[in-house]
Amino acid sequence: MSGTTPKIRLRGVKKSFGPKKVLDGVDLDVQAGHGMVILGGSGSGKSVTIKSILGLIPPDSGVIEVDGRNVLSMNRRQREELNDRIGMLFQNAALFDSLPVWENVCFKLLAQKRIARSKARDKAAEILAQVGLDGSVGDLSPSELSGGMQKRVGLARAIATQPDIIFFDEPTTGLDPIMGAVIDGLIVDCVKRLGATAVSITHDMASARRIGDTAAMIHKGRIVWTGPAATLGETGNAMVDQFARGVREGPITMELRK
Amino acid sequence: MQYLLNVLAALGRAVLGLCRGAGSIAVFALEGVSHLVRPPFYPRLIGRAFMEIAYFSLPVVSLTAVFTGMVLALQSYSGFSRFGAESAVANVVVLSITRELGPVLAGLMVAGRIGAAFAAEIGTMRVTDQIDALTTLSTNPMKYLVAPRLLAGTLAMPLLVVIADILGVMGGWLIGTTKLGFASASYLHSTLTFMQTLDVVSGLVKAAVFGFIVALMGSYHGYHSRGGAQGVGSATTSAVVSSSILILALDYVLTEMFFAR
Repeated sequence: MSGTTPKIRLRGVKKSFGPKKVLDGVDLDVQAGHGMVILGGSGSGKSVTIKSILGLIPPDSGVIEVDGRNVLSMNRRQREELNDRIGMLFQNAALFDSLPVWENVCFKLLAQKRIARSKARDKAAEILAQVGLDGSVGDLSPSELSGGMQKRVGLARAIATQPDIIFFDEPTTGLDPIMGAVIDGLIVDCVKRLGATAVSITHDMASARRIGDTAAMIHKGRIVWTGPAATLGETGNAMVDQFARGVREGPITMELRK
Repeated sequence: MQYLLNVLAALGRAVLGLCRGAGSIAVFALEGVSHLVRPPFYPRLIGRAFMEIAYFSLPVVSLTAVFTGMVLALQSYSGFSRFGAESAVANVVVLSITRELGPVLAGLMVAGRIGAAFAAEIGTMRVTDQIDALTTLSTNPMKYLVAPRLLAGTLAMPLLVVIADILGVMGGWLIGTTKLGFASASYLHSTLTFMQTLDVVSGLVKAAVFGFIVALMGSYHGYHSRGGAQGVGSATTSAVVSSSILILALDYVLTEMFFAR
Protein backbone atom coordinates (compact mmCIF):
# COMPACT_ATOMS: atom_id res chain seq x y z
CA MET A 1 0.00 0.00 0.00
CA SER A 2 1.24 3.45 -0.86
CA GLY A 3 2.41 5.58 2.03
CA THR A 4 0.31 8.46 0.77
CA THR A 5 -2.99 6.53 0.73
CA PRO A 6 -5.19 8.11 3.40
CA LYS A 7 -6.46 5.80 6.11
CA ILE A 8 -9.95 7.17 5.48
CA ARG A 9 -10.97 8.93 2.29
CA LEU A 10 -14.37 10.45 1.47
CA ARG A 11 -15.24 11.79 -1.97
CA GLY A 12 -18.52 13.45 -2.94
CA VAL A 13 -20.52 11.84 -0.13
CA LYS A 14 -24.13 12.95 -0.25
CA LYS A 15 -27.04 12.15 2.00
CA SER A 16 -30.56 13.57 2.20
CA PHE A 17 -33.39 12.81 4.57
CA GLY A 18 -36.49 13.57 2.53
CA PRO A 19 -36.12 17.10 1.17
CA LYS A 20 -33.38 17.95 3.73
CA LYS A 21 -29.90 17.75 2.25
CA VAL A 22 -27.58 16.85 5.14
CA LEU A 23 -24.37 15.95 3.28
CA ASP A 24 -23.80 17.77 0.02
CA GLY A 25 -20.61 16.25 -1.36
CA VAL A 26 -18.25 15.74 1.57
CA ASP A 27 -14.58 15.36 0.61
CA LEU A 28 -12.21 14.42 3.44
CA ASP A 29 -8.86 12.67 3.90
CA VAL A 30 -7.67 11.32 7.24
CA GLN A 31 -4.03 10.20 7.34
CA ALA A 32 -3.01 7.06 9.21
CA GLY A 33 -2.00 7.69 12.81
CA HIS A 34 -3.39 11.22 12.80
CA GLY A 35 -6.11 12.77 14.91
CA MET A 36 -8.76 14.46 12.76
CA VAL A 37 -11.34 16.72 14.39
CA ILE A 38 -14.49 17.57 12.45
CA LEU A 39 -16.03 20.83 13.60
CA GLY A 40 -19.41 22.23 12.81
CA GLY A 41 -22.60 23.58 14.25
CA SER A 42 -25.66 21.57 15.18
CA GLY A 43 -27.24 19.97 12.11
CA SER A 44 -24.21 20.65 9.91
CA GLY A 45 -23.73 16.94 9.11
CA LYS A 46 -20.92 15.94 11.49
CA SER A 47 -22.67 12.94 13.01
CA VAL A 48 -24.07 11.77 9.67
CA THR A 49 -20.52 11.89 8.24
CA ILE A 50 -19.07 9.52 10.83
CA LYS A 51 -22.19 7.34 10.86
CA SER A 52 -21.76 6.98 7.10
CA ILE A 53 -18.14 5.88 7.56
CA LEU A 54 -19.23 3.42 10.26
CA GLY A 55 -21.92 1.95 7.99
CA LEU A 56 -24.76 3.02 10.29
CA ILE A 57 -26.28 5.33 7.67
CA PRO A 58 -25.90 4.45 3.97
CA PRO A 59 -25.06 7.57 1.93
CA ASP A 60 -27.05 8.32 -1.23
CA SER A 61 -23.89 8.64 -3.34
CA GLY A 62 -20.14 9.13 -3.14
CA VAL A 63 -17.14 7.05 -2.15
CA ILE A 64 -15.94 6.11 1.34
CA GLU A 65 -12.63 4.26 1.48
CA VAL A 66 -10.76 2.77 4.43
CA ASP A 67 -7.20 1.69 3.61
CA GLY A 68 -8.06 2.20 -0.06
CA ARG A 69 -11.08 -0.16 -0.02
CA ASN A 70 -14.54 1.19 -0.80
CA VAL A 71 -16.57 0.31 2.26
CA LEU A 72 -19.89 1.00 0.52
CA SER A 73 -19.45 -2.02 -1.75
CA MET A 74 -18.58 -4.39 1.11
CA ASN A 75 -20.90 -7.27 2.00
CA ARG A 76 -22.03 -7.82 5.59
CA ARG A 77 -19.14 -10.13 6.49
CA GLN A 78 -16.52 -7.73 5.10
CA ARG A 79 -18.21 -4.88 6.93
CA GLU A 80 -18.11 -6.81 10.21
CA GLU A 81 -14.42 -7.60 9.64
CA LEU A 82 -13.78 -3.89 9.14
CA ASN A 83 -15.78 -3.03 12.26
CA ASP A 84 -13.50 -5.40 14.19
CA ARG A 85 -10.73 -2.87 13.61
CA ILE A 86 -12.85 0.12 14.63
CA GLY A 87 -13.72 1.53 18.03
CA MET A 88 -16.41 4.10 18.73
CA LEU A 89 -17.17 6.33 21.69
CA PHE A 90 -20.74 7.59 21.43
CA GLN A 91 -21.87 11.00 22.63
CA ASN A 92 -23.85 9.58 25.56
CA ALA A 93 -21.47 6.58 25.85
CA ALA A 94 -24.34 4.23 24.76
CA LEU A 95 -23.46 1.65 27.41
CA PHE A 96 -25.75 -1.38 27.56
CA ASP A 97 -28.04 -0.87 30.56
CA SER A 98 -28.74 -4.57 30.95
CA LEU A 99 -25.07 -5.50 31.43
CA PRO A 100 -22.61 -4.65 34.22
CA VAL A 101 -19.68 -2.41 33.37
CA TRP A 102 -17.17 -5.26 32.96
CA GLU A 103 -19.39 -6.97 30.37
CA ASN A 104 -19.80 -3.66 28.55
CA VAL A 105 -16.01 -3.21 28.40
CA CYS A 106 -15.37 -6.77 27.16
CA PHE A 107 -18.53 -6.95 25.03
CA LYS A 108 -16.83 -7.49 21.68
CA LEU A 109 -14.30 -9.93 23.13
CA LEU A 110 -17.11 -11.97 24.71
CA ALA A 111 -19.46 -11.76 21.71
CA GLN A 112 -16.75 -13.07 19.42
CA LYS A 113 -15.66 -15.65 21.98
CA ARG A 114 -12.13 -14.24 21.94
CA ILE A 115 -12.03 -14.52 25.72
CA ALA A 116 -13.66 -16.80 28.33
CA ARG A 117 -16.19 -15.20 30.68
CA SER A 118 -14.06 -16.30 33.62
CA LYS A 119 -11.13 -14.24 32.31
CA ALA A 120 -13.13 -11.30 30.99
CA ARG A 121 -13.59 -9.68 34.41
CA ASP A 122 -9.81 -9.44 34.95
CA LYS A 123 -9.33 -8.19 31.41
CA ALA A 124 -12.01 -5.52 31.99
CA ALA A 125 -10.26 -4.40 35.19
CA GLU A 126 -7.01 -4.08 33.23
CA ILE A 127 -8.66 -1.93 30.54
CA LEU A 128 -10.58 0.15 33.09
CA ALA A 129 -7.25 0.96 34.76
CA GLN A 130 -6.03 2.40 31.44
CA VAL A 131 -8.86 4.98 31.61
CA GLY A 132 -8.24 5.72 35.28
CA LEU A 133 -11.03 3.64 36.79
CA ASP A 134 -10.76 1.18 39.63
CA GLY A 135 -11.51 -2.48 38.85
CA SER A 136 -14.38 -2.45 41.38
CA VAL A 137 -16.33 -0.21 38.98
CA GLY A 138 -16.67 -3.30 36.78
CA ASP A 139 -19.41 -4.74 38.98
CA LEU A 140 -21.57 -1.62 38.84
CA SER A 141 -24.43 -1.03 36.45
CA PRO A 142 -24.00 1.82 33.91
CA SER A 143 -26.90 3.69 35.56
CA GLU A 144 -24.85 3.90 38.78
CA LEU A 145 -22.06 5.86 37.07
CA SER A 146 -21.64 9.63 36.68
CA GLY A 147 -21.49 11.14 33.17
CA GLY A 148 -17.69 11.34 33.26
CA MET A 149 -17.36 7.73 34.42
CA GLN A 150 -19.75 6.59 31.68
CA LYS A 151 -17.56 8.33 29.09
CA ARG A 152 -14.49 6.62 30.51
CA VAL A 153 -16.20 3.23 30.41
CA GLY A 154 -17.29 4.01 26.83
CA LEU A 155 -13.65 4.81 26.02
CA ALA A 156 -12.53 1.57 27.68
CA ARG A 157 -15.03 -0.36 25.52
CA ALA A 158 -13.81 1.46 22.39
CA ILE A 159 -10.15 0.54 23.00
CA ALA A 160 -10.73 -2.97 24.42
CA THR A 161 -9.95 -4.73 21.13
CA GLN A 162 -7.04 -2.43 20.30
CA PRO A 163 -8.62 -0.97 17.15
CA ASP A 164 -6.62 0.91 14.57
CA ILE A 165 -9.36 3.48 13.92
CA ILE A 166 -11.32 5.14 16.73
CA PHE A 167 -14.26 7.52 16.36
CA PHE A 168 -15.26 9.95 19.09
CA ASP A 169 -18.70 11.58 18.92
CA GLU A 170 -18.59 14.79 20.97
CA PRO A 171 -16.53 13.21 23.75
CA THR A 172 -16.73 16.18 26.14
CA THR A 173 -20.37 17.18 25.67
CA GLY A 174 -22.21 17.37 28.98
CA LEU A 175 -19.04 17.27 31.10
CA ASP A 176 -17.58 20.03 33.26
CA PRO A 177 -14.38 21.64 31.85
CA ILE A 178 -12.05 19.72 34.16
CA MET A 179 -13.63 16.35 33.40
CA GLY A 180 -13.62 17.33 29.71
CA ALA A 181 -9.86 17.92 29.91
CA VAL A 182 -9.42 14.58 31.71
CA ILE A 183 -11.35 12.72 28.99
CA ASP A 184 -9.36 14.51 26.27
CA GLY A 185 -6.11 13.54 27.99
CA LEU A 186 -7.22 9.90 28.15
CA ILE A 187 -8.23 9.97 24.49
CA VAL A 188 -4.83 11.34 23.45
CA ASP A 189 -3.00 8.79 25.63
CA CYS A 190 -5.04 5.83 24.37
CA VAL A 191 -4.78 6.84 20.72
CA LYS A 192 -1.01 7.34 20.99
CA ARG A 193 -0.50 4.05 22.85
CA LEU A 194 -2.46 2.15 20.18
CA GLY A 195 -0.96 4.12 17.28
CA ALA A 196 -4.54 4.48 16.05
CA THR A 197 -6.16 6.91 13.64
CA ALA A 198 -8.72 9.03 15.46
CA VAL A 199 -11.70 10.89 14.05
CA SER A 200 -13.55 13.11 16.49
CA ILE A 201 -16.52 15.38 16.05
CA THR A 202 -16.99 18.25 18.42
CA HIS A 203 -18.00 21.87 18.76
CA ASP A 204 -15.80 22.30 21.83
CA MET A 205 -12.81 24.37 20.63
CA ALA A 206 -10.59 23.60 23.62
CA SER A 207 -11.23 19.89 23.13
CA ALA A 208 -10.56 20.16 19.39
CA ARG A 209 -7.14 21.73 19.99
CA ARG A 210 -6.25 19.12 22.60
CA ILE A 211 -7.20 15.97 20.69
CA GLY A 212 -6.73 16.95 17.06
CA ASP A 213 -3.67 17.12 14.81
CA THR A 214 -5.82 18.27 11.91
CA ALA A 215 -9.22 19.92 11.89
CA ALA A 216 -11.93 20.17 9.25
CA MET A 217 -14.92 22.46 9.32
CA ILE A 218 -18.23 21.22 7.92
CA HIS A 219 -20.98 23.67 7.05
CA LYS A 220 -24.25 22.91 5.28
CA GLY A 221 -23.05 19.43 4.40
CA ARG A 222 -19.70 20.41 2.84
CA ILE A 223 -16.16 20.59 4.16
CA VAL A 224 -15.30 24.29 3.94
CA TRP A 225 -11.84 24.26 5.54
CA THR A 226 -9.11 21.82 6.56
CA GLY A 227 -5.95 22.73 8.44
CA PRO A 228 -3.88 22.25 11.60
CA ALA A 229 -6.02 22.06 14.74
CA ALA A 230 -3.52 24.27 16.60
CA THR A 231 -4.41 27.23 14.36
CA LEU A 232 -8.14 27.19 15.14
CA GLY A 233 -9.32 30.74 15.75
CA GLU A 234 -6.51 32.21 13.64
CA THR A 235 -6.99 30.36 10.39
CA GLY A 236 -7.85 33.33 8.21
CA ASN A 237 -11.02 31.53 7.17
CA ALA A 238 -13.95 33.73 8.21
CA MET A 239 -16.31 30.80 8.89
CA VAL A 240 -13.84 28.84 11.01
CA ASP A 241 -12.70 31.89 12.94
CA GLN A 242 -16.31 32.94 13.64
CA PHE A 243 -17.11 29.41 14.83
CA ALA A 244 -13.95 29.18 16.95
CA ARG A 245 -14.64 32.53 18.63
CA GLY A 246 -18.36 31.82 19.03
CA VAL A 247 -19.54 35.21 17.79
CA ARG A 248 -22.83 36.02 16.04
CA GLU A 249 -21.39 38.30 13.39
CA GLY A 250 -19.89 36.55 10.39
CA PRO A 251 -20.69 34.42 7.36
CA ILE A 252 -22.45 31.71 9.41
CA THR A 253 -25.99 32.83 10.11
CA MET A 254 -28.48 30.99 12.27
CA GLU A 255 -31.90 30.57 10.78
CA LEU A 256 -33.97 32.15 13.55
CA ARG A 257 -37.58 33.21 13.21
CA LYS A 258 -37.85 37.01 13.49
CA MET B 1 -66.13 15.57 -7.47
CA GLN B 2 -63.01 16.95 -5.80
CA TYR B 3 -64.34 15.83 -2.43
CA LEU B 4 -64.76 12.28 -3.75
CA LEU B 5 -61.24 12.29 -5.16
CA ASN B 6 -59.85 13.46 -1.82
CA VAL B 7 -61.68 10.67 -0.01
CA LEU B 8 -60.39 8.08 -2.50
CA ALA B 9 -56.86 9.48 -2.24
CA ALA B 10 -56.97 9.26 1.56
CA LEU B 11 -58.28 5.71 1.32
CA GLY B 12 -55.53 4.81 -1.15
CA ARG B 13 -52.87 6.28 1.12
CA ALA B 14 -54.19 4.28 4.07
CA VAL B 15 -54.20 1.03 2.06
CA LEU B 16 -50.67 1.69 0.76
CA GLY B 17 -49.50 2.48 4.29
CA LEU B 18 -51.04 -0.76 5.55
CA CYS B 19 -49.36 -2.78 2.78
CA ARG B 20 -46.03 -1.07 3.45
CA GLY B 21 -46.32 -1.81 7.17
CA ALA B 22 -47.29 -5.45 6.58
CA GLY B 23 -44.38 -5.90 4.16
CA SER B 24 -41.95 -4.28 6.55
CA ILE B 25 -43.09 -6.55 9.42
CA ALA B 26 -42.85 -9.62 7.18
CA VAL B 27 -39.28 -8.77 6.13
CA PHE B 28 -38.35 -8.06 9.77
CA ALA B 29 -39.83 -11.41 10.86
CA LEU B 30 -38.02 -13.33 8.10
CA GLU B 31 -34.71 -11.70 8.95
CA GLY B 32 -35.21 -12.42 12.66
CA VAL B 33 -36.07 -16.09 11.99
CA SER B 34 -33.14 -16.47 9.59
CA HIS B 35 -30.75 -15.53 12.41
CA LEU B 36 -32.06 -18.45 14.48
CA VAL B 37 -30.37 -20.91 12.13
CA ARG B 38 -27.13 -19.02 11.53
CA PRO B 39 -24.33 -18.79 14.12
CA PRO B 40 -23.31 -17.22 16.40
CA PHE B 41 -26.11 -18.14 18.81
CA TYR B 42 -26.82 -16.49 22.14
CA PRO B 43 -28.25 -19.20 24.46
CA ARG B 44 -27.82 -16.92 27.49
CA LEU B 45 -30.08 -14.29 25.90
CA ILE B 46 -32.63 -16.91 24.83
CA GLY B 47 -32.71 -18.20 28.42
CA ARG B 48 -33.14 -14.71 29.84
CA ALA B 49 -36.01 -13.87 27.45
CA PHE B 50 -37.60 -17.27 28.18
CA MET B 51 -37.49 -16.57 31.93
CA GLU B 52 -38.93 -13.10 31.41
CA ILE B 53 -41.85 -14.45 29.41
CA ALA B 54 -42.58 -17.78 31.09
CA TYR B 55 -41.63 -17.28 34.73
CA PHE B 56 -42.44 -13.63 35.32
CA SER B 57 -45.76 -13.80 33.42
CA LEU B 58 -46.87 -16.82 35.42
CA PRO B 59 -48.73 -14.91 38.20
CA VAL B 60 -50.81 -12.76 35.86
CA VAL B 61 -51.60 -15.64 33.49
CA SER B 62 -52.46 -17.97 36.40
CA LEU B 63 -54.84 -15.49 38.00
CA THR B 64 -56.50 -14.78 34.67
CA ALA B 65 -56.97 -18.50 34.00
CA VAL B 66 -58.37 -19.33 37.45
CA PHE B 67 -60.92 -16.51 37.43
CA THR B 68 -61.88 -17.22 33.82
CA GLY B 69 -62.55 -20.86 34.68
CA MET B 70 -64.62 -19.81 37.69
CA VAL B 71 -66.71 -17.30 35.71
CA LEU B 72 -67.15 -19.78 32.88
CA ALA B 73 -68.54 -22.41 35.26
CA LEU B 74 -70.95 -19.93 36.81
CA GLN B 75 -72.13 -18.48 33.51
CA SER B 76 -72.54 -21.81 31.73
CA TYR B 77 -74.40 -23.24 34.71
CA SER B 78 -76.85 -20.34 34.83
CA GLY B 79 -77.31 -20.47 31.04
CA PHE B 80 -77.59 -24.23 30.68
CA SER B 81 -80.00 -24.55 33.60
CA ARG B 82 -82.63 -22.99 31.30
CA PHE B 83 -82.44 -26.12 29.12
CA GLY B 84 -81.80 -28.58 31.91
CA ALA B 85 -78.25 -29.14 30.62
CA GLU B 86 -76.34 -28.29 33.80
CA SER B 87 -74.33 -31.51 33.52
CA ALA B 88 -72.47 -30.06 30.50
CA VAL B 89 -70.72 -27.43 32.61
CA ALA B 90 -67.49 -29.42 33.01
CA ASN B 91 -67.42 -30.15 29.27
CA VAL B 92 -67.97 -26.53 28.31
CA VAL B 93 -65.30 -25.31 30.73
CA VAL B 94 -62.61 -27.69 29.49
CA LEU B 95 -63.49 -27.13 25.83
CA SER B 96 -63.54 -23.33 26.13
CA ILE B 97 -60.38 -23.14 28.19
CA THR B 98 -58.20 -25.49 26.14
CA ARG B 99 -59.36 -24.41 22.70
CA GLU B 100 -59.89 -20.69 23.14
CA LEU B 101 -59.69 -18.89 26.42
CA GLY B 102 -56.41 -20.37 27.64
CA PRO B 103 -54.32 -19.36 24.63
CA VAL B 104 -56.20 -16.14 23.80
CA LEU B 105 -56.32 -14.68 27.31
CA ALA B 106 -52.75 -15.76 28.07
CA GLY B 107 -51.72 -14.22 24.74
CA LEU B 108 -53.45 -10.93 25.54
CA MET B 109 -51.96 -10.82 29.04
CA VAL B 110 -48.46 -11.55 27.72
CA ALA B 111 -48.99 -8.96 24.96
CA GLY B 112 -49.67 -6.34 27.62
CA ARG B 113 -46.74 -7.36 29.79
CA ILE B 114 -44.03 -8.66 27.48
CA GLY B 115 -44.90 -6.90 24.22
CA ALA B 116 -44.74 -3.58 26.04
CA ALA B 117 -41.52 -4.51 27.87
CA PHE B 118 -39.75 -5.63 24.68
CA ALA B 119 -40.82 -2.50 22.80
CA ALA B 120 -39.74 -0.23 25.65
CA GLU B 121 -36.36 -1.95 26.14
CA ILE B 122 -35.43 -2.15 22.46
CA GLY B 123 -36.91 1.31 21.79
CA THR B 124 -34.80 2.84 24.55
CA MET B 125 -31.75 1.10 23.12
CA ARG B 126 -32.58 2.62 19.73
CA VAL B 127 -32.97 6.20 20.91
CA THR B 128 -29.86 6.05 23.15
CA ASP B 129 -27.61 4.74 20.33
CA GLN B 130 -27.17 1.34 22.00
CA ILE B 131 -28.33 -0.45 18.82
CA ASP B 132 -25.79 1.53 16.77
CA ALA B 133 -23.21 0.61 19.41
CA LEU B 134 -23.99 -3.08 18.85
CA THR B 135 -23.27 -2.66 15.13
CA THR B 136 -19.96 -0.92 15.80
CA LEU B 137 -19.09 -3.80 18.14
CA SER B 138 -19.48 -6.24 15.19
CA THR B 139 -22.71 -7.65 16.64
CA ASN B 140 -25.79 -7.88 14.47
CA PRO B 141 -28.66 -6.25 16.43
CA MET B 142 -31.26 -8.51 14.79
CA LYS B 143 -29.33 -11.59 15.90
CA TYR B 144 -28.60 -10.24 19.39
CA LEU B 145 -31.89 -8.53 20.24
CA VAL B 146 -34.65 -9.94 18.06
CA ALA B 147 -33.91 -13.60 17.27
CA PRO B 148 -33.58 -14.73 20.94
CA ARG B 149 -36.86 -13.03 21.81
CA LEU B 150 -38.71 -14.62 18.87
CA LEU B 151 -37.53 -18.09 19.86
CA ALA B 152 -38.22 -17.56 23.57
CA GLY B 153 -41.73 -16.22 22.84
CA THR B 154 -42.57 -19.19 20.61
CA LEU B 155 -41.35 -21.73 23.20
CA ALA B 156 -42.54 -20.05 26.40
CA MET B 157 -46.16 -19.38 25.49
CA PRO B 158 -47.21 -23.05 25.08
CA LEU B 159 -45.73 -23.74 28.53
CA LEU B 160 -47.74 -20.88 30.00
CA VAL B 161 -50.88 -22.10 28.26
CA VAL B 162 -50.49 -25.64 29.63
CA ILE B 163 -50.46 -24.10 33.11
CA ALA B 164 -53.36 -21.77 32.20
CA ASP B 165 -55.38 -24.75 30.92
CA ILE B 166 -54.85 -26.69 34.14
CA LEU B 167 -55.63 -23.71 36.37
CA GLY B 168 -58.64 -22.68 34.27
CA VAL B 169 -60.16 -26.16 34.56
CA MET B 170 -59.36 -26.16 38.28
CA GLY B 171 -61.16 -22.81 38.62
CA GLY B 172 -64.26 -24.35 37.03
CA TRP B 173 -63.91 -27.42 39.23
CA LEU B 174 -63.63 -25.21 42.35
CA ILE B 175 -66.89 -23.39 41.60
CA GLY B 176 -68.58 -26.55 40.33
CA THR B 177 -67.87 -28.50 43.50
CA THR B 178 -68.21 -25.74 46.12
CA LYS B 179 -71.09 -23.69 44.70
CA LEU B 180 -72.93 -25.63 42.04
CA GLY B 181 -73.22 -28.97 43.79
CA PHE B 182 -71.17 -31.19 41.47
CA ALA B 183 -69.36 -34.17 42.93
CA SER B 184 -65.61 -33.72 42.62
CA ALA B 185 -64.91 -37.13 41.07
CA SER B 186 -67.69 -36.93 38.51
CA TYR B 187 -66.71 -33.37 37.52
CA LEU B 188 -63.12 -34.43 36.90
CA HIS B 189 -64.20 -37.64 35.17
CA SER B 190 -66.49 -35.69 32.88
CA THR B 191 -63.67 -33.25 32.12
CA LEU B 192 -61.11 -35.91 31.28
CA THR B 193 -63.41 -38.11 29.19
CA PHE B 194 -64.77 -35.21 27.14
CA MET B 195 -61.39 -33.56 26.44
CA GLN B 196 -59.70 -34.64 23.18
CA THR B 197 -56.08 -34.42 22.15
CA LEU B 198 -56.95 -31.98 19.35
CA ASP B 199 -58.48 -29.56 21.88
CA VAL B 200 -55.19 -29.28 23.75
CA VAL B 201 -52.91 -29.44 20.70
CA SER B 202 -54.82 -26.72 18.85
CA GLY B 203 -54.54 -24.50 21.93
CA LEU B 204 -50.80 -25.10 22.16
CA VAL B 205 -50.27 -24.36 18.47
CA LYS B 206 -52.21 -21.13 18.94
CA ALA B 207 -50.05 -20.33 21.96
CA ALA B 208 -46.83 -20.80 19.99
CA VAL B 209 -48.13 -18.53 17.21
CA PHE B 210 -49.31 -15.90 19.70
CA GLY B 211 -45.97 -16.02 21.54
CA PHE B 212 -44.15 -15.42 18.26
CA ILE B 213 -46.51 -12.55 17.40
CA VAL B 214 -46.09 -10.84 20.79
CA ALA B 215 -42.29 -11.07 20.61
CA LEU B 216 -42.30 -9.96 16.95
CA MET B 217 -44.50 -6.90 17.44
CA GLY B 218 -42.67 -5.83 20.61
CA SER B 219 -39.31 -6.15 18.89
CA TYR B 220 -40.47 -4.57 15.61
CA HIS B 221 -42.01 -1.46 17.15
CA GLY B 222 -39.12 -1.02 19.57
CA TYR B 223 -36.53 -1.46 16.82
CA HIS B 224 -38.18 1.19 14.65
CA SER B 225 -38.95 3.71 17.39
CA ARG B 226 -37.82 7.28 16.83
CA GLY B 227 -37.83 10.56 18.65
CA GLY B 228 -36.86 10.04 22.28
CA ALA B 229 -39.21 9.23 25.15
CA GLN B 230 -42.35 10.00 23.17
CA GLY B 231 -41.24 7.67 20.38
CA VAL B 232 -40.60 4.87 22.86
CA GLY B 233 -44.01 5.48 24.42
CA SER B 234 -45.83 5.25 21.11
CA ALA B 235 -43.79 2.17 20.14
CA THR B 236 -44.94 0.51 23.36
CA THR B 237 -48.58 1.36 22.66
CA SER B 238 -48.32 0.18 19.05
CA ALA B 239 -46.73 -3.10 20.17
CA VAL B 240 -49.56 -3.90 22.58
CA VAL B 241 -52.38 -2.81 20.26
CA SER B 242 -51.04 -4.52 17.14
CA SER B 243 -50.18 -7.79 18.90
CA SER B 244 -53.62 -7.86 20.59
CA ILE B 245 -55.42 -7.35 17.28
CA LEU B 246 -53.24 -9.91 15.52
CA ILE B 247 -53.87 -12.46 18.29
CA LEU B 248 -57.63 -12.10 17.89
CA ALA B 249 -57.45 -12.20 14.08
CA LEU B 250 -55.10 -15.18 13.98
CA ASP B 251 -57.23 -16.95 16.57
CA TYR B 252 -60.05 -16.98 14.04
CA VAL B 253 -57.74 -18.16 11.24
CA LEU B 254 -56.30 -20.98 13.34
CA THR B 255 -59.73 -22.03 14.61
CA GLU B 256 -60.92 -22.17 11.01
CA MET B 257 -57.88 -24.32 10.13
CA PHE B 258 -58.37 -26.76 13.01
CA PHE B 259 -62.11 -27.05 13.36
CA ALA B 260 -63.94 -25.84 10.23
CA ARG B 261 -65.84 -28.64 8.50
